[in-house]
Amino acid sequence: MTDAPETRDALSALDRPNSYIGKTMPRPNLDRLMQGRGLYVSDIELPRMGHVVFLRSPHAHAKITGINALAARQLPGVIAVVTGQELATVITPWVGVLSHLKGLKSAPQSAIAIDRACWQGEAVAAIVATSRAAAEDAAEQVSVGYDELDAVTDMRTALDPTTSVIHASLGDNLAFERHHDAGAVEDAFAASDEVVDVEFIFGRHTGVTLEPRSVVADWNAAEARLTIYQGTQAPHMVQNIAALHLGLQEAQVRVVCKDVGGSFGIKVHIYADEMATYALSKLLRRPIKFVADRVESFNTDIHARDHRCRGRIGVKRNGTIMAFEIDDLTGIGPYSMYPRTSAIEANQVVNLVGGPYVTRNYRARARVVFQNKNVMCQYRAVGHPIACSVTEGLVDLAAMKIGMDPVEIRRRNLIADDAYPCASPSGLRFEQLSHHAALAKLIRMMDYDVLRAEQAALRARNIHRGIGIASFIEVTNPSAAFYGVGGAKISSQDGVTVRLDAQGAVICQTSITEQGQGSESLTAQIVGSVLGVSMDRVRVILGDTDNTPYGGGTWASRGAGIGGEAALQATKVLRRNILDVAAAILQMTPGELDIVNNNVVNAGDGTSRIELGELARIVYFRPDTLPPGIQPELMATRHFVPRAYPFAFTNGVQASWLEVDTETGFVKLLKHWVVEDCGTIINPQLVDEQIRGGVVQGLGAALFEKCVYDERGQLTNASMADYLVPMSGEMPDIDIGHVVSPTLESELGAKGAGEAGTAGAAAAVTNAVNDALRPFGTIVTEIPLTPQIILTALGRI
Amino acid sequence: MKASAFAYARPTSVANALELLATHGDKAKVLSGGQSLMPAMNLRLISPEFIVDIGELAELRGIVVKGDVLTIGALTRHADVLKSPEVAAHAPLLRDATAHVAHPAIRNRGTLGGSLAHADPASELPACMMALEATIIVCGPRGERRIPAQEFFTGIYETGLSPQELLVAVELPVARKRSSHFFHEFARRHGDYAIVGLAAQSIVVDGYFTDLRLGFFAVGDRPLLANAAGELVNVPVTPERLTKAAAVLSDELDPQEDQQATPAMRRHLAKVLLSRCVSTLLSRPDLRSGAPE
Repeated sequence: MTDAPETRDALSALDRPNSYIGKTMPRPNLDRLMQGRGLYVSDIELPRMGHVVFLRSPHAHAKITGINALAARQLPGVIAVVTGQELATVITPWVGVLSHLKGLKSAPQSAIAIDRACWQGEAVAAIVATSRAAAEDAAEQVSVGYDELDAVTDMRTALDPTTSVIHASLGDNLAFERHHDAGAVEDAFAASDEVVDVEFIFGRHTGVTLEPRSVVADWNAAEARLTIYQGTQAPHMVQNIAALHLGLQEAQVRVVCKDVGGSFGIKVHIYADEMATYALSKLLRRPIKFVADRVESFNTDIHARDHRCRGRIGVKRNGTIMAFEIDDLTGIGPYSMYPRTSAIEANQVVNLVGGPYVTRNYRARARVVFQNKNVMCQYRAVGHPIACSVTEGLVDLAAMKIGMDPVEIRRRNLIADDAYPCASPSGLRFEQLSHHAALAKLIRMMDYDVLRAEQAALRARNIHRGIGIASFIEVTNPSAAFYGVGGAKISSQDGVTVRLDAQGAVICQTSITEQGQGSESLTAQIVGSVLGVSMDRVRVILGDTDNTPYGGGTWASRGAGIGGEAALQATKVLRRNILDVAAAILQMTPGELDIVNNNVVNAGDGTSRIELGELARIVYFRPDTLPPGIQPELMATRHFVPRAYPFAFTNGVQASWLEVDTETGFVKLLKHWVVEDCGTIINPQLVDEQIRGGVVQGLGAALFEKCVYDERGQLTNASMADYLVPMSGEMPDIDIGHVVSPTLESELGAKGAGEAGTAGAAAAVTNAVNDALRPFGTIVTEIPLTPQIILTALGRI
Repeated sequence: MKASAFAYARPTSVANALELLATHGDKAKVLSGGQSLMPAMNLRLISPEFIVDIGELAELRGIVVKGDVLTIGALTRHADVLKSPEVAAHAPLLRDATAHVAHPAIRNRGTLGGSLAHADPASELPACMMALEATIIVCGPRGERRIPAQEFFTGIYETGLSPQELLVAVELPVARKRSSHFFHEFARRHGDYAIVGLAAQSIVVDGYFTDLRLGFFAVGDRPLLANAAGELVNVPVTPERLTKAAAVLSDELDPQEDQQATPAMRRHLAKVLLSRCVSTLLSRPDLRSGAPE
């Protein structure tokens, strides 16, 4: 751990006096968005464009006995009504499995259901009309015959022999199972002074994006080319999948991703209705627009979490944690999602439990079962909030049992900061983490002892406040180990091209995408710093498979760490090329020159020698004046992928300070702290706001968000009035601190920061609630922590 | 999320509006601030054939005090109620309650009359009208009717308003001497509909209630003016007395189950509110059963 990034290269720009690295810079796209000149998919209008509305199954599980669209087809403005059977002539079904998740199985899924609907909300027909309103009118006139089938809704009974099997061809409702056993777990529990054994329950929730999923697909029969305008996190993945299932070459598909109003992992998957939209464009030979409305967003955007996890911890009276054991169960809907699969979250839970701690003894089982509910898949901080809540909940309960302060038990068990590199009991490899430095910083920031004293004083007045601590680790910068090795064509490398234009401006094309987190800004900061030009000269182009290098996109906290390093390396090459030309023009050696503030200068005394615009003018328009044999190359491309470690783990610790009204069960969040270590910080404000946003989504899970299904598989709160997203009125101030341990995998040293906030927020809140409830001798281990749950735990109702 | 097609008219006078309502009857819906009607139409929960948009009837907008009566026009927006000095002076309970109505964007468009005519049982304003002894003034083909608030609300989204009638104003007696009020609601988030709420108006003389009106909301199919108040008026309020009042209240409630709360939880929270209300109005911390501020 160090406080400043290491300089390993004389050309490194990280410590240049005019560097933008580590500085809060305004985002280059801000004016455009603030002045309403953003371009979202909804803004796109193409000639002859049709609007599609999907008629969706009202039943969780039903056989489709017939579809009568005669009346609908007669309505004004209706272009077509298309069934699953008809659409299957242009698009093939898919199966969401990955080979490295051994035993994972799923059934073929179609763009539109054929014969059978497997969740309430699955599309059973597409109605295409000249406007959304006309299509909605027509949808009301389509009659669908259904025979209701048994719906599998409770994950706890999904594997019972008496429960019906959703996909007969699979034999049972088990999608995936993983066992892990490390160390000597039985002996460790036997040697423990105390063992805590509790079940943790996590509500099913979703990531509510401000802009719903939306796509315009435009099949150009003359070019035999499909252009897809879509708010996606992974344009090249969409290109690959669309081509594969429409029988096209990837070169025949262009994916354009302009502005995106929030993703959070929701927009990194391939959805059936989006596939149907691509297919409809091909079938009907015209542009088709699909924009999900809020009700269908709740019914079809992937859901996440929904785990029941039994956890055990063994502890010595001196605080030594002896072992962890978990048994995790999750229900994922009727299909494993494509192409990233729905087994990743449970797999991550197994990977991450116990991760911050030294104990070697760890046993885990995870089971993933099918249900007739909406599909589940990866949402911000995949698996982390569950693993963190289980681990940190167990650690706190163990501390409570042996009468030890929650901070002290962590001090005694967190992996030492000088123990790296090392590995977790589940086999995760850590390059360099900083748990103890982070915890020490957190304790200082929150003034822990003063807070404890305040808590005690208030408790005497019957005011019940609690402190909750949660250490966490976070997967970032994934290599091919995530998806590529399992056979998914999802790139783990990213590329950046930079070129110097004729007036000395810089065009930068990157394969990472922007969904609001600041990819454009961090890319421009890196390019500007490394090249020595001001940021206003750097224009960043992203989100277009025709016009960017090939790459993964922005997800799994990888944009800055992977795309940022590619930008750094590409810009270093361009810089070298520019200095080569400058040296030729100035009759010097490149080593005697530098680029500062848009000028080539003498490296020694900083005297300006030639402005970049002038250099570009000579290169592009008067190459005849250059010395013989010089062929300037003012464009450079580099790609980057982490090779030494499968993931760049980050770490951190969060704390919550809150008050429980023990008469009403309401929780008031008073303050939240985060200390995290994402390595090199490119833009402090972007990092801090990413963390705050992540914390808020974690607090939503802790207190508010839940997709409420009834026993028949009906989602009963699919609206913004009934599904409670966290809002500013309930959010506490969130203070953020950093420890900086750059990864040595890259020159930039940046790790991811996008998911750390979400990883530990709910764990901190649950621990704080249990701390507040301590005088009442009760605990809660279910989120969201509703007043109903707390009042029930207190025996008040 | 697009509404079905509908016909639309924007009357220029109350008389004009009443003509349209007389012609179209229950096929018509009155559009005021649109904060409940438009979402319901866009979700196609309702598909009225005819919309009578009364938004331009300036005569229905405004707040005046005349003698002992505060009159608020039906089209007065929540935001205007909130910043009205007349409301602050003469019906501060209504001001406090209005601050809990949804969010600023909704309060900028939503109207008092619209909220009352919509009669959501979890809404703040109907309960305020009961606590404040309001008279609801409606106009119809046969002229004006004056309906006491207690008789106006008849069920979930149901009122004494007929399809031919238009709610035009409410009249509130101005606050009397020594009157005080209490408003609180338990909601999961700021701006949400309450799980349970209480709008109370009282007169306290020498530590006694000489008058107490308890308007509970979200405790049944309509706002409830609780008889439990009778247990606390003109008597010394002891913890035992308060317990008795809470028992009477519990018998009066008919709470519904929804995703936020079971009936038992609503009953419990209503009793907590009663105790907090009485403790606050009488400045008697001893009556408050051990909850944080």
